[in-house]
Amino acid sequence: MSAFIQYTLQGLATGGFYALAALGLAVIFGVMGVVNFSHGAMYMLGAVGSAVLLDVADVPFWGALVIVPILLFLFGILVERLLVRWLLGLDPLYNFLLTFGLTLLIVDLVKRRYGVSGLPYQLPAGLEGRINLGGLSLSSYQLFAAFFSVVLCVAVWLLLTKTRIGMIVRASTEDAERTRALGINVGRWVTPVFGFGIALAGVAGVLAAPFRAITADMGSNFIIILFAVVVIGGLGSILGAVVAGFLVGLVEAYGQAYAPSFAQVLIFVLMAAVVLVRPAGLFGREEAS
Amino acid sequence: MAEQTTTTTTTSSATTTAPLLTVEKLSAFHGEAQALRDVSLDVAPGEVVTLVGRNGAGKTTLLRSIMGLHRNVRGSVTFDGATLDGRSADKRARAGLGWVPDDRGIYATLTVAENLSLPPVVDKDAAWSLDRIYEHFPVLRERRDFPGTKLSGGEQQMLAMARPLRAGSRLLLLDEPSEGLAPVIVNKIGEIIRDIKSQGVAVLLVEQNVSFAGTVADRHNLLAQGEIVESLPNDEFRSRTKELLQHLGM
Repeated sequence: MSAFIQYTLQGLATGGFYALAALGLAVIFGVMGVVNFSHGAMYMLGAVGSAVLLDVADVPFWGALVIVPILLFLFGILVERLLVRWLLGLDPLYNFLLTFGLTLLIVDLVKRRYGVSGLPYQLPAGLEGRINLGGLSLSSYQLFAAFFSVVLCVAVWLLLTKTRIGMIVRASTEDAERTRALGINVGRWVTPVFGFGIALAGVAGVLAAPFRAITADMGSNFIIILFAVVVIGGLGSILGAVVAGFLVGLVEAYGQAYAPSFAQVLIFVLMAAVVLVRPAGLFGREEAS
Repeated sequence: MAEQTTTTTTTSSATTTAPLLTVEKLSAFHGEAQALRDVSLDVAPGEVVTLVGRNGAGKTTLLRSIMGLHRNVRGSVTFDGATLDGRSADKRARAGLGWVPDDRGIYATLTVAENLSLPPVVDKDAAWSLDRIYEHFPVLRERRDFPGTKLSGGEQQMLAMARPLRAGSRLLLLDEPSEGLAPVIVNKIGEIIRDIKSQGVAVLLVEQNVSFAGTVADRHNLLAQGEIVESLPNDEFRSRTKELLQHLGM
């Protein structure tokens, strides 16, 4: 039983990265219609950025948790302004290919500079140990990561549901054209939304840094799981991205614990099962024909 | 509540006032295919004008073109004396055009109240207050906290029509409001259109239900294969309905 609770915690911590990153992916897709393939690379930049900040400037985890998302927000704005923007009017495939190319470029640049072996990182100050709860020994960092992800998801949820900006983002996510026809300049929100989505991938990367291998390739597996998360949750559903993110994290953790050789396959079995029962995903809306 | 103090002088006899909306020689294309051919029409303030025609005649394309949602368009659209050509859909909405799409366009992720308050107010004097909206559409008050798509078809249609009124649109582009609704509800929608008109708001109405169109409109434009084949006032439309329908193949 105590092992099960540990796996659950590990699943929630991992699920937190997925949920945060998928939230970013969903908001970008919803408002802009862009399937951002570079989301995995941005997650990797979040983790690598934390390691580099520690190495070069002695910035600890807590500093990175603030600085890295801001840097990635700015980087996202740059990418949107310089590249993504010019392809928005075209077939969505163009931006998919653009962000795929961008991924290759970013990954190879990181490899060139920092090599292929993992960068060192350590558990943040104050969270190195384990916490004993009634006979259970739980990693305090995993507890923190799971808790922090949930809090951040709730904060983003409040931003989306309680503010006018959030209402516009939700409306645009549902139907950007209709929202324009109701008098809202959706284009004005496109740049900050892209930056915001990238920053969320960056937060996921920072949270992953202390307990995942930090390599240039860490994003390539991540993005594939992220797409599974989005399919399970329902493309374009914000709530779906969060719920499916935690769900996939749990499935992955239980899989690694009880059926290690099937851990990755299980996620895609889950995806196939969901799509068979609900083609639009758990929270997606079926297209009325 | 200081409501309805802004009385309008242009409730009827529309032909004598300057048009609010003028469409001139508008052509639209779907790829190679021409969907609209030199369509010209106008709508005066407070006037209800229809586009009648069978499926695929180009009615919805015309509304989308006026709204700035169709890319491949030639010709010109003037609203309230200013050209809308080359302007984006959101600018056209802020100029006073209110789009009510045929699928009603209600947001599932927004509540009824949020659906109503989403569009920015484009004209402070013309905008209906929420209280006024709820007075005209009591059911929306009861359902204000429901998700938009939990409403019935008729209620969704009312919400779709109330939305641009709250923003202060002066002309509604109304795409098949009677579609898929029970006769009782269609009558109710007709009442609402007459109500809107009496408040001085103009309507460009796309309809396939001709008997319904005859009960609410001042003038009719018959559209076939992307062209306006006949334009006539309501009394003539009503007396010649059968013949006109045969002509359109409806």
